[in-house]
Parts: sequence; structure tokens; C-alpha cells
Amino acid sequence: MTVHDKATTALSRRSLLKGGAGLVLGAYVVRADRLLAQAPAAPKINIAPNTFLIIKPDNTVTVLSKGIEFGQGPFTGMATLVAEELDADWSQMRADHAPSNPELYKNLAFGIQGTGGSTAIANSYIQMRQVGAAARQMLVAAAAETWQVPAGEITVENGVIKHASGKEGRFGEFAEKAMAMPAPADPKLKDPSSFKLIGKEGVVKRLDSADKTNGKAFYTLDINEPDMLTVLVARSPKFGGKVASFDATAAKAVAGVVDVKQVPTGIAVYAKGFWPAKMGREALKIVWDDSKAEKRGSAELLQQFRGLSKTPGKVVKAQGDFDGSMAKGGRVVEVEYVFPYLAHAAMEPLNAYLKWDGDSAYARYGCQFPTPDHMAISKVLGLPIEKVKIDVLLAGGSFGRRAQQTTHQAVELAEVAKAIGPGKGVKLVWTREDDMRGGYYRPYSIHRMRGVVRDGKIEAWSDTIVSQSIMKGSFFEAVMFKDGLDPTSYEGSHETPYEVANFKCDMHQVDVGVPVLWWRSVGHTHTGYAVEAFVDELLEAAGKDPVEGRLELMANKKPRHAGVLKAVAELADWKNYKVPEGRARGVAVVESFNTFVAQVVELSMTDDGPKVHKVWCAVDCGVAVNPDIIRSQMEGGIGFGLGHILYAEQTLDAGRPVAGNFDTYRSLRINEMPEIEVTIVKSTEKPSGVGEPGVPPLGPAVANAMAKLGIGRPRQLPVVPGASA
Amino acid sequence: MTLFKQSMLALAAGTLAAGLLAFVAPGFQADAATDTAVNAAKLQPVSAFAKIKSKNERSVALFQEVGKVIQSPRCMNCHPATERPTQTDRMRPHIPLVVRGEGGVGAAGGLACSTCHHEANFDAANVPGNPKWALAPAEMAWQGKTLGQICVQIKDKQRNGGKDMAALVHHMAEDELVGWGWNPGGNRTPAPGTQKQFGELFKAWADSGAVCPKG
Amino acid sequence: MAAFALKINGQTRQVDVDPNTPLLWAIRDGAGLMGTKYGCGVAQCGACTVYVDGQTVRSCSLPVSAVGNSEVTTIEGLDSKEAKAVQAAWVALDVPQCGYCQSGQIMSATALLNLNPAPTDRDIDLAMNGNICRCATYVRIRAAIHGAAKTLEG
Repeated sequence: MTVHDKATTALSRRSLLKGGAGLVLGAYVVRADRLLAQAPAAPKINIAPNTFLIIKPDNTVTVLSKGIEFGQGPFTGMATLVAEELDADWSQMRADHAPSNPELYKNLAFGIQGTGGSTAIANSYIQMRQVGAAARQMLVAAAAETWQVPAGEITVENGVIKHASGKEGRFGEFAEKAMAMPAPADPKLKDPSSFKLIGKEGVVKRLDSADKTNGKAFYTLDINEPDMLTVLVARSPKFGGKVASFDATAAKAVAGVVDVKQVPTGIAVYAKGFWPAKMGREALKIVWDDSKAEKRGSAELLQQFRGLSKTPGKVVKAQGDFDGSMAKGGRVVEVEYVFPYLAHAAMEPLNAYLKWDGDSAYARYGCQFPTPDHMAISKVLGLPIEKVKIDVLLAGGSFGRRAQQTTHQAVELAEVAKAIGPGKGVKLVWTREDDMRGGYYRPYSIHRMRGVVRDGKIEAWSDTIVSQSIMKGSFFEAVMFKDGLDPTSYEGSHETPYEVANFKCDMHQVDVGVPVLWWRSVGHTHTGYAVEAFVDELLEAAGKDPVEGRLELMANKKPRHAGVLKAVAELADWKNYKVPEGRARGVAVVESFNTFVAQVVELSMTDDGPKVHKVWCAVDCGVAVNPDIIRSQMEGGIGFGLGHILYAEQTLDAGRPVAGNFDTYRSLRINEMPEIEVTIVKSTEKPSGVGEPGVPPLGPAVANAMAKLGIGRPRQLPVVPGASA
Repeated sequence: MTLFKQSMLALAAGTLAAGLLAFVAPGFQADAATDTAVNAAKLQPVSAFAKIKSKNERSVALFQEVGKVIQSPRCMNCHPATERPTQTDRMRPHIPLVVRGEGGVGAAGGLACSTCHHEANFDAANVPGNPKWALAPAEMAWQGKTLGQICVQIKDKQRNGGKDMAALVHHMAEDELVGWGWNPGGNRTPAPGTQKQFGELFKAWADSGAVCPKG
Repeated sequence: MAAFALKINGQTRQVDVDPNTPLLWAIRDGAGLMGTKYGCGVAQCGACTVYVDGQTVRSCSLPVSAVGNSEVTTIEGLDSKEAKAVQAAWVALDVPQCGYCQSGQIMSATALLNLNPAPTDRDIDLAMNGNICRCATYVRIRAAIHGAAKTLEG
């Protein structure tokens, strides 16, 4: 069980909703082991077609996706699972978001409604097929009743219901009757050998492509209700600063500004449209109280983290005798890897809409964690849960940013609505600069790696991590922490695929006043780099080939790691390929979220840093539901990983985040994107996610290729620093 | 030298402090549309050079004063050594990637300068602009050259757009794109002095025989 | 505040905004056309790309007061054969992920094919690198542009 699955059972819906509108979710969360003991053997899973499907008279079947669509493909994925068992024709399938309702739409991996941890397909694979199978059975029963023939004589194919007598009909005609029937408790599922859509190439196309090419796709920022106010909040330039005093005279004089109110996070400017709100905000005069603010700069953090990394931390895992083995001497390697704060910088900055009339509230936005957000809004507005409604909209990317352990955006949204009073719709918008300087970054981290090679063998390995906890202080802390440590800081470091007799992983969990958050592949963003760059360095010291050496270290105990590694070596022709002059290749393999990914990178050097020409990628995510979406997620993960490894960092100048926009937070562009070849390893294991796992191997594969080129593995990221200078 | 090369050299020197380079406190960057930058450096008036007795030496000194403007990032950024302009006071490569193209206004079908740069500076978007916004032709490249080389190039009709000295003086003193260098908008540091002073210095240099610095 | 009569997609639309308002916000909040996206506000990401008199422009970088009588075309008004070929190629390859940047990508790609019917990879780099896609759909954007060029040729 990974740390992510564990939230599952622990954070059950019951534990969240018990006690009504509690914001401090942690108060309702009992210890994980007790919850596990109390959990029913088979938790109730909603497979009722009438809550997941809308079958219209025009025969379209709309699947309500529990998971938010922000590019990773759950609309298409959910529809594939349903259509497969429903025997629908792909052309009749549609998808939309399920509204917030944890009872009906909880993520079975979390126990609450929410998207994250690359769980969308994994937690829905059986459930959504059952929904499809149940619906099929009900449609057949409805047709049988209408035609007065035995249900057993009816077949369904490509959306057509048929009887040998020649009777024929489509879903639309029977939908009303069918959906009124009780859903079968345990509908029979197809044998995978008869799948027509799942795992098939070229049959399923994304459902959301067309609207995303003609401007019709509707995002939160596009909400434009007649009397709506656009709200920008002036927040402290330093994290933890508070408003000491403010003068809104000039702001209120800006044409289009309707009002200015103080809210817990700062000063809110309400205006008719974005631009007046922005002008009004710029006209505010605010004195900030920085007495409790984080005032350190990046250089000071580096000094502190580096100092700590040289001292023993709390042991996460140890085996053998690391110190004893090191004392015996040999080729000792000690390296430090420094990882910067990273912003998610999704294309659509954070924003959300809420209308509160005093008795009820209706929110619409790209909400990634509906259940906690739902509770937060009801708490702030003093409304019972059932008086709050959230509709989930498409989001312009997230990469973790919209999955907020603190529900900070939902709280601020409700606060700005409350401050102006009932009856007015408010659209709370973060500018790009707000988004970039607003914290919730990938934690700043250092890994100090030490190891020894004797007689061509890696005898000892240690990884001392210094990082900041993502979950500390949030409702996750009570159930997810292990021995006082946040497992998302060390996931991947304490259990590597490599057998080393003398092993130690220890950690310093440091408090910094900068809010942090999971960022596409979470801890693996740094642990994957540390482990895979270091093993490569040790293998180099041992005189071993990077692929062969890794396979040896896996000692036949890691078949899926070995599987993708061999697959990518074959795809890239690792053994025989003559790398052109001036270029080099590097490899890495990382498991994250139960998915295994290996990548080979080929690069050369330019004045502007490494130029990655091509990436070969092998992925094992169990049963591949939508092969083309898996490929696209690997491509996107590679590009996302590459851009950040090469160019991105958020630095602090006396506590102020420096990078504010894409001119100072450099993003990968098309001219920097490598060619990519992906192979999906055939598997009958249950499906696992693909949204995040494409990211972690890319960085270390780049580093290892740079080493091969004689430049050395970057010890501090990004590889090309200075965009924010 | 690019930042990347700097940090790689430091790495090659075997020091973990390489990373520190990246952290040498970058100044806090204000949002668009905040304070305008000023240039503390001033230009000396033409009269200040009268005390130099040798005409040749005076001419060279005048050009060195002119060079304070020519070598400011405001001018150099659009006289790049390659087909790609640089930007900001640090003169880093222009992002996004743009190239000179025909007429210095960008590649055909690619990103024309006018995709982002319009008739005037637009501080609300932190984008500078000017009606004549364009890259200097390749033969007028200044980056990577010494002041002496730039001087010789400026006088060379093959490499200055066929201008005689009178036309050059007029260009420096009157051209509106040259003038942008003192009104760059946003937080860009303007060229030192004023265009008027610059024009006077350039004319005085021309009148003194237009002697170029050595090297 | 001032009244501007903007010609957008062949229609005249009255917007009442501050003259310094970027065209982007006049299009979105003023004219209510939401296909043109806000991504950075500083001409770095290309999500707000429109045409002004046929010329590709980042609508965040141009004050509404500078538009005058120019014809503005947004994603909603795209209907050239190049645009249709580009959109079809995007759908055929399932290019978009989150989709938020894609209006801008489509505008830039269409403009490229208008001026250069057979772009090389380098031409694509030069035309498209002003459009950031944080989902990094770049491999497919490139392939789709080549694909669209091929359909137009045939």
C-alpha cells in the first residue's frame, strides 16, 4: 500500500462529514488503525447508473466523472469503462463532471470526493464498468418488457439493442424505463479477452478535443454572470504577513471598482471586471505587519538545510550496518542534491465563483477536492452541508495546485462572498503573479547521499533528506504521518528497487513559513532524482553499465522495474546504438503511484544548457485502458519534468518570492521539447495512474546523460539557473 | 558567458558552491507597471572634453563617452551577435525565441516583433514598444565587439546602412527608436544621459575627426 | 472609462472600459467572448493570441485605445481553410490536454500556415515557441501542424 492509498480508508467520508460542517477535518479523523478495524469488509460502492449516466432521447450517453478533467483524461477514461460494458458505440459517448456529493461520487481510493495521486482510473476501473454493465442489463430488461420477449434473447452491440424477431432499438427509447428500475447489485463484467474499447488502439478518441480547439471549452475564468463582481485580493508579499492598516480611498476611486473589504487573507477589491479590479488593487495603500512573516531568503535556507544534511536525521529505514561498512573504506562517494521550490504554474491561474444568497451557496470552479472544499465553504458561511452546492468545471491544468490540503482557496472564496454580503455572485481571480508568488510550492529539499563501492559492488548507501512537510498541520497529518514524519517527503528514498546490504534513510523535517503542496509526482520529484542519479554515479564508480548494473542490483526481486527498464533499453537499442558525436545518453527508472516508468534521454550541450533530442519511455501501469492517453501523459510528464529540471525555480529574497511570471519562471517551450517514443508494457495487473509517473525519471536521466558527456550530474537544480535573476 | 557556462565551470572546479551562484540574491522584481528605473550614470557634456588638447585624443575620449550609451543594454539588446536579440538589463537571450528575419521584424510566419511590441511602451503588460521596433541588421551587430570595433563599424558605409557622417549624426540625435533608449518604460534602466546630450557628443566626435578607440 | 466600438469577428461591439485596458479584457469582460484566454498578462504565454487586421497579436500587450478601427479576430471568428485544417488535425491527434492554452496555439498555428504552407520544424519552433503549454503537448502540436499542412497541400 502506498502512502497515497492509505489516505483512503483513513479519510472516510463518514469521518469527514460526521459532526456536520467541520472545517478542521482533522478533528474528525480518528487513528488510521482504528478506522481500518471499523471499516466494513466491502465498502458500499455506488454503481447506480441513474447517478452516473444521463441517457438522452438522442441516444447520447453522458458519463459523470468523479475525477476532475484538467487534461489527464478522466472524461475519456470513465466513458471508456462505461461504454465497454454497456456495449455502446463510442460516438454516442459524452462526459461531464459529477457535482460535489461524497455519498455518490467518492474516490474509492480516498473515501472522499477528490482527484489526486493518479487514482482516477485505478479507483474506477471496476466501479465504472459495473455502472456500464448494470445500465446494459437495465436497458435490456426495459426492451424485453416493451417487446414482450425474454431478456436472454436480446443482444446489444454498438449501441443497438436487438432481438432475433427483427425488433431493434437504441438506448434513448428505453432509457426512461430502464433508469427507473432497481440497479442490479452485482452485474456481470466482461472477460478482458472480449474488450472492444479498453486497451484498444485507435478506437477511442478523447471526448474533449473538439471544444478545446474552437474556444468553446468552458473554464472557471469564463464565468460571466450578469451582476457578478470580479474580486482580486491583495495578499502579503511575505508569507505570514498580516494587514496592519490600509487606505482604500484611491482604490475606490478607480472606475469600475464597487467596493473594498478586508478579509482574513488581505484586502479584497470588488469590481466590474478583471481590469478595474487589478487597477483598484494597485491603488490600495497597505501597511503590512511582518512580525510573524517568513523573512529568510533562499541563501539562508540553503545554509540551514545544508547544515542539517550533514547531521544524522530521524531514521526512516535502516538495514545492515551502514556506518560499519563505510568505515571499511573503498571508493567513497558523497554528493548533495539541492531542489528548489517549484510553482505549479498551471495555465489557468487559480479562480473560483460563488453565489451566496444568505440561505444557500452555489460554487462553480475547477475544484479538485470537492469534499473538503464543500465543508470549508459551509463552515465559513455557517450553512449546513446540504445548503452548499459545488459544480466542478474544467480546469486549465493543476499539477497538484488545485488539490489543497488547507482548502485555502475555498475558504478565501467564501470569505470574500461573506464580506460583501449575500446576493452578489463573486468570481475570485488570482493573477499569474498571485499564483506564482502565492506559495504552495513543491518543498525546497536537500538530499545528502553517501555510499561506498568495494570490489565493484555497492556495499553501503545512505540518503539524508532535509525537507518540509506537505501535510503537517492539515487534516492529513493525523492519519498519514508515520513516526512524526511526512511520508511524502521520503517516498521512494526509503525503499529503492536496489538491494544494498547496508542501507540507511534518515530525515530532518524542517518548518519553513512558506506554504508547500504536492506537485506532480510529489516526493518522487526529488527522491526519484536523488536515488537514480546516485545509483548511476555509484554504478559508474563500480565500472558497471547503467542498465545492466541496475538490473543486477534489483536481484530478480523487482520484476516490474526490471520489465520497464529492459523495455526502454530495447526501444532505445541501448546496447548497440552508436550515440552521435557530442551527444550522450542517460537512463533512469522510477516507480510512483504503483506505475513503473523507465526513460532514456539523449542530449547534447549548447550555450543555453542541455538540448534534449529524444526521450524513449517505457511504462507499466497495469491494464492499459486508453493507450493513447497513456502516451500523451508520458509525453506531457516528460515535457513538464524537463522544463522544471532545466529551467524552473522559485527563489526567496528576504522572504519574498522572486519569480512572478513566465519571464522569471522559465517554462519549457516547443523548441526545447524532445522527440518522444513511448512503449506500454503489456500487463494484466490492475490499472494504475499515469498523470504523475511520467515526471520523476526524466530529471535523473538528464543528469546521467550529462555525466556521460563529462559535465557531471547537476548537484543543484535547475540545471540552467538564473531565469529569476 | 552564459549563466549556464558559469555554473558548469564552477561545478567542474569541484565545488558544491556552484549552486550558490544561482542563489546570489536576485533583486526582487516588481510587478509590471510599478516604479520606473533611473540610470545613475550620467554623460559628461561636450565642454568637459575641451581640456583634452590633442584632437585625436579628444575624439577618442568623446567616442568613449558616446560608448556609454552604445554599450548600454537598451542599445546592445537589439544589436545582437546572433540572429536572436537579448533582453533585460542582464542581456539574456530573448524569451520567447525570436530571430531577426527579413527587415529585422521577425521570421516570416514566425513571431513578428509586432506580435507583442506595438507603437508605444505598454507598462501594464511590461512590454516596450516603438513605431520602428526592429532588430538592427546583422552587419550592425555590436554584441561581442570592442568599442573600437563598433566605432569602425559605425563609420563603415557598408555596415551602417550607407549613412554618411551627417546622416549618422542626425540618426543618433533624432531617430525615435534610438530615442526609445532613454524612455524604455517599465523597470528597464534607461541609457545614460539624454538623447540630446548623446547627439551633441556624437556630433562633437564627428567634428573632431571621428577617431576610433584602439582595439 | 471610455466607450470603444471594437470590430470583432465582423461585428461592432461597444465596450465601456478604461482606455489603458488591455484588448484581452475588452474582449473577455467587455465583449463577453471567452475563447481568448488570460495566462500571464505580460506577452509571455500566448494564450490570449488574436489577430488585429490579420496580424498575430498578444491581446494582453495592446491597450484597447490603440485598436481603433482595426478588425479583431478571435478564436470564435476563425473560419479560414487553414484554421479548419488546423482544428481537424488537432482533433485527429487528440492534441489538447487541459486545453486552456489551445485557443492561442490554434491562432498561432493557423497564422503560420497562412504565411508558410509547408513549415519545417525550425519554422514551427519560431512560430510556436511564444505559446506556452504547461501540459507540454508540444510533440502533438508539431505533428498536427505538419498534418494540417499536408491536408492543405492535397
